[in-house]
Amino acid sequence: MHYIHKISLLVMAVVFVVASVGCAPKPAAGPVTIHVLTMDQAGLKPADIDQIAREFEAKNPDIKVSMEYVAYDNVHDKIVTGMAAKPPAYDAAMIDVIWPDEFIKAGYLLDVTNRVTPDMKSGMFPAAWNGVTRNGKVYGMPWLMDVKYFMYNKDMLQKAGIAAPPTTWEELVDQAQILKDKGIVEFPVIWSWNQKEGVVCDFTVLLFGNGGAFLDASGKPVFNDDKGVQMLTWMKKTIDDGLTNPSSVASDENAVEADFLAGKSAFAVNWLFQYSDSNDASKSQIVGQAAFAPMPVFKAGADAGIKGSSVDGSSSFAIMATSPYADQTWKFLTYLASNEVQTKYSAAMLPVWQTDFQGEALKALEGATATNPVTVPAFLAQFPYANERPTVAYYNEASAALQLAIQEALTGVKSPKDALDAAAAKWTELGK
Amino acid sequence: MARTSTPLPRARLSLRQQDARSAWFLLAPSLLVMLGITLWPVLSTFILSFFNAPTGINQTRTFVGLANYLEMLGDQTFWETIWRTLYFTAVSVGLELAMGLGIAQLIHSRPWGWQFLRISLIIPWAVPTVVNGAMWRWIYNADFGALNGLLMALGLIQHYVPWLSLTSMAMNLVIIADVWHTMPFVALVLQAALATLPEDLEEAAAVDGANAWQRFWQIRLPLLRPALLVALIVRTVDAFRVFDIVYIITAGGPAYKTLTITYLTYLHSFSFGRQGTGAALSFLISLVTLVLAFIYIRLLYRPEETQ
Amino acid sequence: MRSRKVLRKLMLFLITLPVLFFIFFPILWLLSASLSTQVELFTVPLHWIPQHPTFQNYIDIFFPSQAASSVPRTFAVALLNSFKIASAVTIICIFIGSLAAYALVRIPFGMNRGIQLSIIATRMIPEVSLILPLFIIASSLRLINKPIVLVATYMSFALPYAIWLMAAYFQTVPVELEDAARLDGCSRLGILFRVVMPISVPGLVSTAMFVFLLAWDEFFYALIFTSTLAAKTVPVAIAEFVGRYVANVNGMMAGGILAAIPPVLVALIFQRYIVSGMTAGAVKG
Repeated sequence: MHYIHKISLLVMAVVFVVASVGCAPKPAAGPVTIHVLTMDQAGLKPADIDQIAREFEAKNPDIKVSMEYVAYDNVHDKIVTGMAAKPPAYDAAMIDVIWPDEFIKAGYLLDVTNRVTPDMKSGMFPAAWNGVTRNGKVYGMPWLMDVKYFMYNKDMLQKAGIAAPPTTWEELVDQAQILKDKGIVEFPVIWSWNQKEGVVCDFTVLLFGNGGAFLDASGKPVFNDDKGVQMLTWMKKTIDDGLTNPSSVASDENAVEADFLAGKSAFAVNWLFQYSDSNDASKSQIVGQAAFAPMPVFKAGADAGIKGSSVDGSSSFAIMATSPYADQTWKFLTYLASNEVQTKYSAAMLPVWQTDFQGEALKALEGATATNPVTVPAFLAQFPYANERPTVAYYNEASAALQLAIQEALTGVKSPKDALDAAAAKWTELGK
Repeated sequence: MARTSTPLPRARLSLRQQDARSAWFLLAPSLLVMLGITLWPVLSTFILSFFNAPTGINQTRTFVGLANYLEMLGDQTFWETIWRTLYFTAVSVGLELAMGLGIAQLIHSRPWGWQFLRISLIIPWAVPTVVNGAMWRWIYNADFGALNGLLMALGLIQHYVPWLSLTSMAMNLVIIADVWHTMPFVALVLQAALATLPEDLEEAAAVDGANAWQRFWQIRLPLLRPALLVALIVRTVDAFRVFDIVYIITAGGPAYKTLTITYLTYLHSFSFGRQGTGAALSFLISLVTLVLAFIYIRLLYRPEETQ
Repeated sequence: MRSRKVLRKLMLFLITLPVLFFIFFPILWLLSASLSTQVELFTVPLHWIPQHPTFQNYIDIFFPSQAASSVPRTFAVALLNSFKIASAVTIICIFIGSLAAYALVRIPFGMNRGIQLSIIATRMIPEVSLILPLFIIASSLRLINKPIVLVATYMSFALPYAIWLMAAYFQTVPVELEDAARLDGCSRLGILFRVVMPISVPGLVSTAMFVFLLAWDEFFYALIFTSTLAAKTVPVAIAEFVGRYVANVNGMMAGGILAAIPPVLVALIFQRYIVSGMTAGAVKG
């Protein structure tokens, strides 16, 4: 039939089009390609990481590194979908400090205890190793250590006649009130309280600063005790009193930075990146005005002996358990986290090697970039007080419940006590 | 020569059989594609919904029968989300139909610049959903957004309002963003339908003394019914499954006030690592949309009524 | 009488103005923001028109410098990917979809209605239901992050849609023409290619445009299935403009304008086909 031919031609044309769209040139047999997933724009910029990957490939001609960069919010889900396939879509992935328990339970992470050398063990911060170690087994390579810092606008405080930044949250309220009354800034404080992980980070900072905790020794949730309720009530009150910007309820850390850098707030709690960005004239209207101060605590916490409080936001790289290229991947991760590489790029990201913070190396580190003289001491001062969020396998769902509770309290849908009680009930249910 | 009862030679199939062969031949590629890309995954997900399937490697999948469904049906968040999604659907589609019909009428009555208006409608419709979401998110921004700027300049507000932080307003704002994007489709469909309406019916009615309102309700609207129904059903099914715009503008917040059912399914399947309940949820959604589709088919494929 | 007509025209025009404002205000604001610097966007009170307009946001996308963050740089590639994928999806859907659509509406073979309804039904299935099994297939075939995986998954909603639209269009082709060809001895396929297709070009173009826009718009599958330059699409790139640590709103606005230009252009160029497509598909059901 004449038309069969026509149809065949059509089909071939379709196949041709699809093939030209779909087929990438086949890689030459030989070098092994490992696929690594990480977040975009945190710590090292992708351009830097690509550079590191190329350097690594030059030293290891039999390994090719294919990096993938996605927004932080997508990393978790991409790991989950990536591991649903055999072989896994990724050989290694960036693991946020709150994920190891969930992923270890799911069998995603490779046990690398035997691959860690004594140099690495002693050279890197113990806290960094704690983040990737469970039951004595190591499941990842530390990479980025970050905590939330308390930053303030020193020019604004000066204008208001405030001599020094607050050491307690109660003092912060007083200072904020002064700033507001004097008309220096309408909403002196900005937080990342939107319904994402960021709000739990802030909650952590404040909760521990009040002497509270997430779980008790037996693993039961206690964040809904009166310290927690008190603290959440305080959060809401600062909004009601017009001291905390009401848009905090819809703000993530980027929005906090945008607000602070536009000179619309005097106090902003955020990760390290906010400081260097504040001195970037293309982004910031407050160049030279930002300063660090130790994170305040509540009076009640100070009375109970709490000297400082922050939240650990570190991340590591882990090898995916079903990856067929564990050895090659570990080689790359070792290079990525190595001392030489980390110090070279310390402007973007402070190293995880405690050796860099001692003696001669410390001086070298401080002088390495324009911002290091300020950021390095700030890090050394704040990091020891970094608190962990609960290391439970059901953390993601638990965090979602807590995020919801905090939001409900802040928007007045529920009272702080009811909201936290509901979240605690959910945690208990999940913990079974 | 003896003519035994020979069956028909193969080359001469009956017309009906030839038809069937041609039909299947033409349908084959499409059916194959849909079998592989839709049917198999749907079945796979359906089967999954009867298991407790924690995400992970070598995780034991325990058969739990209807437990996932029962858990969802007994979960308060589930029902709140369903109501919320229905609210979104009803208000969004309602606004689209009302505005779409109004604008269609407007174009139909040929005011000055009606051609420009009709062409302009294409722009919001063609803008990608993600761009639409990003654009409106910036407009609603509490500190620097255009909505605040505009309302302030018009003297309607004294202070900037943190729109996306307000639990009472957030869903309505998402609806507005969605309506801006999808209403043009309804307007254009209805306008095309209006253009095909015979004018003589209305003229005759006018001569008989019917005013504009009566002409609208008793003649125009009934004639528009097929087009309205199509627009209604298509938009309702799509609105019920809304995800992209919620993801971009609010990510379900504040306090889950913009959480829709597809978003909840996404959370269960990916964020919470509970593929069993995620699968159950996606099946419940499919069920609702299939019911809606069934209604559509009943309404539209029944014998034509004479006007 | 004339003055009443003029008054009526004036009133209608006065109603048209707010409608036009509603349509254009967000878009013009998007455009204005895309021509602003980040510092200017974050100033209060609002600058409706930037005082220091700049094309830098667009330059960063097309001629990236080292200093620009990676997202603008990859945006141009995402545009190309979206174009390739949307085109491939459109071509395939038109080819195999038109065959199926014709068979469904013009060749009675007993299961017409059943298959038609099933095809409509598949369109109702939410994407989130299909994603994990599809991902597993795609990954085991090592197709993740290749454009072809998106082309294949998009079939799940584009093909039923295309068939639905084209079926409606084919129904408007006068049966007499086909009967005449039948009498001349044409086979079914002959009628399809010699008679129906040539007449239906407007319907095919209209369907092609709808499918193209649908594929260009898709976000969820692209988000999960692609992230490398090899296959990342425009919606994913837009979403990435606001990553964890970068609030590049001005860049996102520029990206938004660029992402909107191809579909808007396509829609404007083929606008007469929108109406005819909607008429055939929508009105006639």
